[in-house]
Amino acid sequence: MSSTESSVGGFWRRFRRNRPAVFALGMLVAIVLVALLAPLAYPGDPFAIVARPFLPPFHDHLFGTDQLGRDVAAGIARGAMTSLLIGIVATVCAMLIGVVTGGAAGYFGGRTDVLLMRMTEAFQTIPAFIFAIVLVAILSPSLESTIIAIATVSWPPMTRLVRGEFLATKNREFVQACRSIGMSDARVILRHILPNCASPIIVTGSLMVATAILIESGLSFLGLGDANLMSWGYLIGAGRTVLRTAWWVCAFPGLAILLTVLSINLFGEGLNDALNPRLREAG
Amino acid sequence: MRARLRFLARRLALAVPTVLFIVIANFVLLHLAPGDAAEVLAGEAGSATPEMVAQLRQKFGLDQPYHVQLARYLGRTLTFDLGYSQRQGMSVAELIGKRLPATLLLMGTTIAIAIGIGVLLGVLAARGLNTWRDRLISVFALLSYATPLFWAGLMLIVVFSIKLDWLPTSGMENVAAFYEGPKRIVDIARHLVLPALTLSLFYLALYTRLMRAAMLEQSGMDYVTTARAKGLDERTVVFRHILPNALLPVVTMAGVQVGALLGGSVVVETVFAWPGLGQLAFDSLFSRDLNLLLGIFFVCACLVVVANLLVDIAYTWLDPRIELD
Repeated sequence: MSSTESSVGGFWRRFRRNRPAVFALGMLVAIVLVALLAPLAYPGDPFAIVARPFLPPFHDHLFGTDQLGRDVAAGIARGAMTSLLIGIVATVCAMLIGVVTGGAAGYFGGRTDVLLMRMTEAFQTIPAFIFAIVLVAILSPSLESTIIAIATVSWPPMTRLVRGEFLATKNREFVQACRSIGMSDARVILRHILPNCASPIIVTGSLMVATAILIESGLSFLGLGDANLMSWGYLIGAGRTVLRTAWWVCAFPGLAILLTVLSINLFGEGLNDALNPRLREAG
Repeated sequence: MRARLRFLARRLALAVPTVLFIVIANFVLLHLAPGDAAEVLAGEAGSATPEMVAQLRQKFGLDQPYHVQLARYLGRTLTFDLGYSQRQGMSVAELIGKRLPATLLLMGTTIAIAIGIGVLLGVLAARGLNTWRDRLISVFALLSYATPLFWAGLMLIVVFSIKLDWLPTSGMENVAAFYEGPKRIVDIARHLVLPALTLSLFYLALYTRLMRAAMLEQSGMDYVTTARAKGLDERTVVFRHILPNALLPVVTMAGVQVGALLGGSVVVETVFAWPGLGQLAFDSLFSRDLNLLLGIFFVCACLVVVANLLVDIAYTWLDPRIELD
């Protein structure tokens, strides 16, 4: 138990040295709080008309109102949950697919490996964002189809990563020892190989959340988001027709996306430095 | 030369299963769509007349078992018979053919900007390691990674078109002006500036980081020490020895990124009303013309395959160490 504690302490000590990452962690906590508290701060329908149209920002309404008189700040606050939820759930799905396929390819090798890697390469050839558009258009826009589309286009890099890690680990002595005492494949993979590959998987996964949020914002910008859910991309898509009169309708939701994605990227890099201290010193 | 041709033939052979996979994926998607595949092919989900749907069903053999349908679909797609768009009143292949040049112009310019400026910034950052210049370039790269392309485009429009009134907001040329010759070229170039800058932003950041890392990696190599030991001045060492070698990963990456670039061009073309494939894809979304969308998807995937082939060929010229056999 004490060894776990000291490794957590060591992780935090190394993480803290990366100033931008600590700042990013603070930002992420703030964004999650906004997402959680938004229904309290802005109760009711975020699509509701609350004031005169085209009110400039920083007066009665923090980020002004749009062409219909909807509060932009309310939209941003309520949209935070949509972006975070889709980003995280889609990434978890993509990670599951990636770990299963990459793990199988790396551990079993042979034909399984060839087949799975051919499939991964084929998926990587297909232009990801257009594929996501086609998937959402065909499944018809909804929360679920957005998640399915993002997960479908994001798993290949994870598969490649996990395969590489499994290839490097499967012939190490401790794995051979496990096999020689007759452990089942499932147990070797789940209890022994996977925990040893955890840190690169976690780092890549955290960066995938950022990409997922960017894809989600692009989809809802094109009008492919769930019509009942407020989202940042939707706000920008709806505001672009009034760009000439009301720049703020587009500007602030975009800043929200930028800050969130930037924070996740910086946090991911900090995580990488803290989890792989040797890499840091070598680089 | 013969070795190069053999290499090319093998690469082409490797591309065949990929194209087949794309066609099959398209076929599956067509059947995943809500309602009848015939209605999707009619291009107006829900609003096609029953007679037309029945006719299409017969024409495309949709009453046949799946494997027969797939075989027919393969045959049609591979001969670029992508169906007819009722909405646009034109065959899908023709529509795509008309829109393709605009997208290729946008993509070509974007790649040129991204590689040109990216290489320059990367060299600058690597030369001034850990100075303010390096830091500034790193911050720029970080911000570019996190910016949604469509938003960057809209903000550029606000600044350069609406506030400063320097550049046009949308379209590819001023059709009403009937420009000809050089004047028309200047007009198109002016319309091209903002979309190309927007689309190149992310890749510019990517190539900058890549170039910086490659320059640093190459600087530690033995041949650089040799060059210095010969008494070559720093400029020659950097530009004649390190730079050409550091360019290789950038070329590879440019090939890999073509697919992502096509995806980005959908939102960028939508923002700037650039009359290319992306804009066509957006229009097809609006009119629920799924067959047209699938046609664009197929052509884009094929473009990626072609781009990868071109990079492979470019590589054999750039790096003579690559084995052709």
